[in-house]
Amino acid sequence: MNRYPLWKNLMIGLVLIFGLLYTLPNFFGEVPAVQVSSARSTVKVDADLEKQVLDIITNAKIANDGYLRDQTSLRVRFKDVDTQQKAKDALEHALNPDPQKPSYVVALNLLSASPSWLTSIQALPMYLGLDLRGGVHFLLQVDMNGAITKQLDSTSGDLRTLLREKKVAYSGVSRERDNLVVRLRSDADRQKAKNTISDSRTDLLFTTREEGTDFLLVGSFSPQARRTIQEDAIKQNIVTLHNRVNELGVAEPIIQQQGADRIVVELPGVQDVGKAKDLIGRTATLQVRMAAEGTDPLNPPPGTDVYPEMRNGQQVPVVVKKMVVLTGDRFVKAASTFDNNQRPAVSVTLDAAGGHIMRDITRENIHKGMAIILFEKGQGEAISVATIQGEFSSQFQITGNFSAEETNRLAILIRSGALAAPMDIIEERVVGPSAGAENIQKGKDSTLWGFVAIAAFMCIYYMFFGFVSAMALSANVLLLVALLSLFQATLTLPGIAAIALALGMAIDSNVLINERIREELRNGATPQAAILAGYERAFNTILDSNVTTLIAGIALLAFGSGPIKSFAVVHCLGILTSMFSAVLVSRMIINFAYGYRRKLDKLAIGQVWKPGV
Amino acid sequence: MELFRIKSDWPFMKHALIFNAISAITFLLAVFFLAYNGLHFSVEFTGGTVMQLTYTEAPQIDPLRDALEKGGFPDIQLQTFGSSKEVIIRVPNRAGTEKAASLANTVYDQACKFSSGSVTSSTSVNDKGVQAVKQACVSADKKEISFVKSVEFVGPQVGKELASDGGMALLVVVIGIVLYLAVRFEWRFALSAIIANLHDVVIILGFFAFFQWEFSLPVLAAVLAVLGYSVNESVVVFDRVRETFRNSRKRGMSVPEVLNHSITSTISRTIITHGCTQIMVLSMLFFGGTTLHYFAVALTIGICFGIYSSVLVACPLVMWFGVSREQFIKPQKAKEEAVV
Repeated sequence: MNRYPLWKNLMIGLVLIFGLLYTLPNFFGEVPAVQVSSARSTVKVDADLEKQVLDIITNAKIANDGYLRDQTSLRVRFKDVDTQQKAKDALEHALNPDPQKPSYVVALNLLSASPSWLTSIQALPMYLGLDLRGGVHFLLQVDMNGAITKQLDSTSGDLRTLLREKKVAYSGVSRERDNLVVRLRSDADRQKAKNTISDSRTDLLFTTREEGTDFLLVGSFSPQARRTIQEDAIKQNIVTLHNRVNELGVAEPIIQQQGADRIVVELPGVQDVGKAKDLIGRTATLQVRMAAEGTDPLNPPPGTDVYPEMRNGQQVPVVVKKMVVLTGDRFVKAASTFDNNQRPAVSVTLDAAGGHIMRDITRENIHKGMAIILFEKGQGEAISVATIQGEFSSQFQITGNFSAEETNRLAILIRSGALAAPMDIIEERVVGPSAGAENIQKGKDSTLWGFVAIAAFMCIYYMFFGFVSAMALSANVLLLVALLSLFQATLTLPGIAAIALALGMAIDSNVLINERIREELRNGATPQAAILAGYERAFNTILDSNVTTLIAGIALLAFGSGPIKSFAVVHCLGILTSMFSAVLVSRMIINFAYGYRRKLDKLAIGQVWKPGV
Repeated sequence: MELFRIKSDWPFMKHALIFNAISAITFLLAVFFLAYNGLHFSVEFTGGTVMQLTYTEAPQIDPLRDALEKGGFPDIQLQTFGSSKEVIIRVPNRAGTEKAASLANTVYDQACKFSSGSVTSSTSVNDKGVQAVKQACVSADKKEISFVKSVEFVGPQVGKELASDGGMALLVVVIGIVLYLAVRFEWRFALSAIIANLHDVVIILGFFAFFQWEFSLPVLAAVLAVLGYSVNESVVVFDRVRETFRNSRKRGMSVPEVLNHSITSTISRTIITHGCTQIMVLSMLFFGGTTLHYFAVALTIGICFGIYSSVLVACPLVMWFGVSREQFIKPQKAKEEAVV
C-alpha cells in the first residue's frame, strides 16, 4: 500500500531533474566577458557587427570562449581577465576609431560560465540584485503635473489656431493651473466655440462660468486623456534615460517603470554617482536649425556648423546655420504615421511657444531646408534634413525616403531628445563591490550552517526518517533555486534570508509527518499502516498551515516594493516548493525504502516511547 | 530519541487565566513603550542619507562628529558598527534642501578633510573583470584612509508610502487569515488565532521600541512573515481540536479536556518545528551581518512569543468564546423518504 504508481514516481523524478538542470548554471560561476552594445540610437547591433567583432578578435590573435548576441548587445567570453582586457582594448580601438565619437559601448562584463546547451534551454544563473553585485540604484519621481502643464500649454495654442480658422470670435485663451480658459464675449459665441472644439478634440471636458462681462469656457483633460498623457510621459522619459545611460557604458543597465509615476534606474558596477546623476538629470539634446544651402561642407562659411547625416548607409556632411530655431523641450509628441500619399512619415507636435516660432520661420523660409540635429555625447548628428513645403505651426509631418521602420526610429529619436516631464531623484543607493561580495557570502553562510544544523538534528532525532526529511529539504532548495533562476527574479540579501527562512519553515511539514507516524506507532498501528496514516493525516494540517503562511506572503508581494518584494517572491515560491518536496519527495523515498517489503517489523524513526512501558 | 515523554494530558486550561494575564501584561507593556518611546525607524521610512564608510585604521568618532556638526550638519549621527573601522553616518532630510541627493558627497568631503586627506574616485577592474568606480579618501602620501562602502538616500515622500503600504499589507494578512480560518474551521477559531498572533506583532514592535532597535524594511517583512507563520501553530492545534471533537471514542471529554489533549499531543511537534526554524534564524543572526541582524532578531522574538501565544493564549480564547462539540459534528440530515 505504500507504493506510488509509476507515473507519480516518474513525475517526481522529472520535476527533480528539471530542478537540477535549472539550478546547474548557478554552480558554474562566471567568466570574464566583453560586451559590445550600441552607443548611439542610430547604430544597431546585428549580424554584421557580430562578424566584425569576431574578425577583430581573431585578427588580434585573441582566443574567445564563445559569444552571445541578443537584440541590444553582443557578449564575448574570454578565459581570463588579461585576455578580456586585451580584447576590450582591441575592440575599443577598432570599433571606435575616433574616441571622441564612439559608436559602440565596449564594456567589461561577466557572463555565466555554464555550457551553451544550458543557456539554450534558458537555464541561466539567478539574477543578483544590486546589494549583492554592487552598483548604483536611483528611484526617480516623474512630475506628472509638469507633463500635464506642458500638454495644456500646447493645447492652448491649438485651440487658438482652431478658433481662428473656424472664425469664432474670442478674446483670449490661457492656462489657469489645470484648466484651459477661453474668454468669449457672448453666450452664443461660447456655445459655438464649445461645439467647434468638441468636434476636433475629444480629450477635453468643458464647464462654463461667467466673470464680469466675459463668458468663460473652461476646459480640462478628461481622466482618460490625463492617463494617456501621463503614460506617454513615463514612456518617453524611459526612452530618454536609456539613451543617456548608454553613454555611461554600463554593461546591463535596468531602467523600468515602478508604480504609476516612478522610474527605477539600476547601474550595476558603476559607482561614479556624480556622473550618473549628471547624465540622468540633463535636459534637451535636440535642436532644429536651418540648413545653409549652396555652401561647401569642406569650407563652411562663418556662422555655420557641419554635421554628418546618414543617408542610405553613407555619411553625408550637412551645413547648418548656427542659430537654433528650436530645442528638444519644445517637442511634445512625435509618432510614426503615413502622409497623404501613404508614404511613411513622422508626425510631430510642438508646444504652443514652439508652434509660434515655427510658424514665423516656415512663413519666411518656404522651400528651404530645415535640419533636426540630435546631440549625443556632445556630438551632433543630423537625423533629418527636410524641405519646408508650406507654412505650418505646432503640428507638422516630416516626410522623405523613409521606410516604416526608419520613421519609427526617427520618432523615438525626436522624443528622446527631451524629457516629457521633469524628474527628481527620490531614492539613491550605492553599494560598493566589496559590500556586494560580502553580502553574498553572509547570505550563503547563514543558509548553509542553518541547513547543516537542521539536517543533523533531524537525522539524530528521527534516524532514517530524519535523513529522508533532510533529503526532502535539499530537494526543496534545489527546486526553489531552479524556479528563481527560471523566472530570473531579482535575488537580494532579504531574498537569500527568505530562502533560509523557507527552509526553516519547510521542515515543519516533515516534523508533522514524522511525529504523526510515531503517534500512530505508539497507538499500536503496524509500520505500513503508520506510514500511510501519518502522511495522510498530516497532509490536511500541512495544507492549512501553508495556506496561512502563503496569505502573508501574497500580501507582502502585493504591497511591498524593493527588498520586501524580493523577500516575498522567494517566500511564496518557497512555500509552494516545500509542499511538493516535503510531502511527495519524502514519501517517494520512504516508499522505495519500505513500501516493497513484505515483512516489516520496525521503522527507523528513532525511539517510540510508550507511556507505561 | 524521544524528547517528550508525556504520560497524560497536561492541564493547560486550568491555568488559562494566568497565561492570558502574563500575555496581557506583556502586551500592555509593549503598547506603553510603543506610545512612549516610539519606533526607531530606519532611513527607508524617515527619509535621509545613510553612508557606510570603511576606514583602514579606526577613526576617532567623537572629534569626527564634532567636526561634522560644526561643518553644517548639526543633526548628524555617527556610530561604529561591527568593528571600530566601520562607521555609519546618518543625516536626516531637511525641508527645503533640494540637493539632498548630493548631501552624501558633501559629508564625505568633510569627513575626509577631517582625516586630512582628499576624496578621489578611481576606476578599477576587480578580479572577476567587472569595472567599478571606488570613491575613496586618500592621504597626501597616496595611502587610503577610508572608502565609501555604501550610500543610501531616501526622499521624504517614499517613507510615508512605505508606512501606509506596510499598514495595508498587515490589514490584508489579518483579513485573509481570518477569512480562511473562518471558512476552514469556525469563526471562534479564526478570531482567537488572529487575536493571539496580532498581539505577538505588537510585542515584537514593543521590543523594538523599548531597545530602540532600528525598524527597517526587512524587519517589517519579518514581522508579517511571523504573523503568517505563527498562525500555523494555532492551525495545527485547532486541527487537532477538530479531530478530537469528531472522534467518537473521545466523546466523553469535556471542552477543556479536549483542548488539553490537543495541545499535549501536538506540543512535541510544536517545540521541534520552532526549534528548527529558530536554528535557521540563529544562523542568520550569527552569519548574516548588518542587514539581516534585526531581521533575525524580529524573527526570534516572533517565534518565541508565537509558540506561547498561539497555543496558550489562542486555546483559552477559543474556550471562552464558547466552542463546543456540536459545532463540528454535521447535523444529520433528515432523510426524505417518499411513499409512492
